[in-house]
Amino acid sequence: MKFPIYFDNNATTPVDPRVVEAMLPFLKEKFGNAASRSHAFGWVAEEAVDYAREQVAKLIAATPAEIIFTSGATESNNLAIKGVAHMYGMTQADLFFLDSVARAKKEGRADAESLIPQRFGSVDLAEIAEKGAATVFADRGDHLITLQTEHKATLDSMKRLEKEGFRVTYLKVQPNGLIDLRELEASITKKTILVSIMFANNEIGVLQPIGEIGALCHEKGVLFHTDAVQAAGKVPIDVNALNVDLLSLSGHKMYGPKGVGALYVRRKKPRVRLEAVIDGGGHERGMRSGTLNVPGIVGFGKAAEICQKEMASEAERVNQLRERLFTGLKAELDELFLNGDAERRLPGNLNVSFAYVEGEAMMMAIKDVAVSSGSACTSASLEPSYVLRALGVGDDLAHSSIRFGLGRFSTEEEVDYVVKLVVEKVKKLRDMSPLYEMAKAGIDINSIQWAAH
Amino acid sequence: MAYNEKIIEHYENPRNVGTLDKDDPNVGTGLVGAPACGDVMRLQIRVSDEGIIEDAKFKTFGCGSAIASSSLVTEWVKGQSVDFAEGLKNQQIVEELSLPPVKVHCSVLAEDAIKAAVADWKKKKADRAGAK
Repeated sequence: MKFPIYFDNNATTPVDPRVVEAMLPFLKEKFGNAASRSHAFGWVAEEAVDYAREQVAKLIAATPAEIIFTSGATESNNLAIKGVAHMYGMTQADLFFLDSVARAKKEGRADAESLIPQRFGSVDLAEIAEKGAATVFADRGDHLITLQTEHKATLDSMKRLEKEGFRVTYLKVQPNGLIDLRELEASITKKTILVSIMFANNEIGVLQPIGEIGALCHEKGVLFHTDAVQAAGKVPIDVNALNVDLLSLSGHKMYGPKGVGALYVRRKKPRVRLEAVIDGGGHERGMRSGTLNVPGIVGFGKAAEICQKEMASEAERVNQLRERLFTGLKAELDELFLNGDAERRLPGNLNVSFAYVEGEAMMMAIKDVAVSSGSACTSASLEPSYVLRALGVGDDLAHSSIRFGLGRFSTEEEVDYVVKLVVEKVKKLRDMSPLYEMAKAGIDINSIQWAAH
Repeated sequence: MAYNEKIIEHYENPRNVGTLDKDDPNVGTGLVGAPACGDVMRLQIRVSDEGIIEDAKFKTFGCGSAIASSSLVTEWVKGQSVDFAEGLKNQQIVEELSLPPVKVHCSVLAEDAIKAAVADWKKKKADRAGAK
């Protein structure tokens, strides 16, 4: 067994050696720019990118032309959310502004027309003055819906749009971490332009009912984006069967390299249009300019192909390892709480709270094992995990949470070692915990007047 | 984040973990912090009639720095007078353990805990004197 043991595969995955092999020529002799159309170096690079595009498309049952390569899923989420909002949306402030300009023109202000920024395209001020901007642009919405437990790349993109005047609904989740479909349905209005719900959660691994959400959005005529970073390569994805319009992917979460990802953008029924976030040479059909990261893309493609081929057997194996880990811990420790739904979750993810033991102290105790924690002490903000909070997990248990992320290269031997180590250390830390002593003496911790600090 | 060696040393070999009888008239108990904030410290001292701290024990729910801070304080106060314990400043803990800014609150908590323990012992003593 090699140390340290890596059980943090939800943060990033090691690069599969087969992926490294595939990438190497593109870091050496095949260094061409995929946009160089006039010589062999460029052609070789372009061909490799096209092949990778097919490999990635296949993983999610899309067509190659629907794959836009990006620098990673943070960029993909930004592009999907801001790109849709700017292409299809119009804020109340925009409408008010247009009404004001139309009125000014009617009242004889000569430069009225020149006040209108180009982003509005050609605007008929006389029509707006007559009918009102709200009527003229009735088909443009200003509302987006997402979940409180989304990744920051989604939440912060939404917050940026709120600053611009868009309205965003952040849906609560149920105590098991899953969306309430009735609440989603009730939140969709005529002004809703995009629903963005993650496929699988990065902290607690729960799998959202993407097919049901897709069907609902399709029926209501609202675009549907899903951040599938954690799910892709681990569970089957078919963008057509699931009615997904936009889907974010990341290379390094599926045994590929860092710094490369993709956004799936539906081309038919409906054809989704986006306003670019990064402008430049017009690469990726104008949706994402910038010289393509050819070695990264080649590796990402190879990683997607391996995931697709080995998904079924790997998921079963990793699932068994996860169960072995959880069963082993439960057999020896009391007051152990699973965070997130027990059934609907990613194969390798186990997020548990060891009551009365603080997460960072726990990680320090098992320093030969790489895991992560929802404890405040591990974050710069000193706030415990917002995902666990959204589930209604108390702050004390959020501070006590540990996320184990098993993956392709995890072994049974490692799991058995970790079980033994964690059990020993939790017992030691509980012996050191005044809260555990009080709980064992029958004192209700919540009955004490604690001074917040 | 890499941990400072002294923190690791105290964390791995904590001094004076345990419990004193809180109902003992010579024992002072300080319980500070809150579970929701991620750290709770309980520091206890047993004081002789001469005002010397004969024994000190702690239990802490918190990160490595919180555990190390409380361990260090028990080590410092043992054999010292209550006046010495009362005069301890969190900055001394920060310096001894080289706590980074984000962990300074652990030292503040340890200072609060020892002060609360001394205050508890003093209150018991005053109550006894009043009862006589």
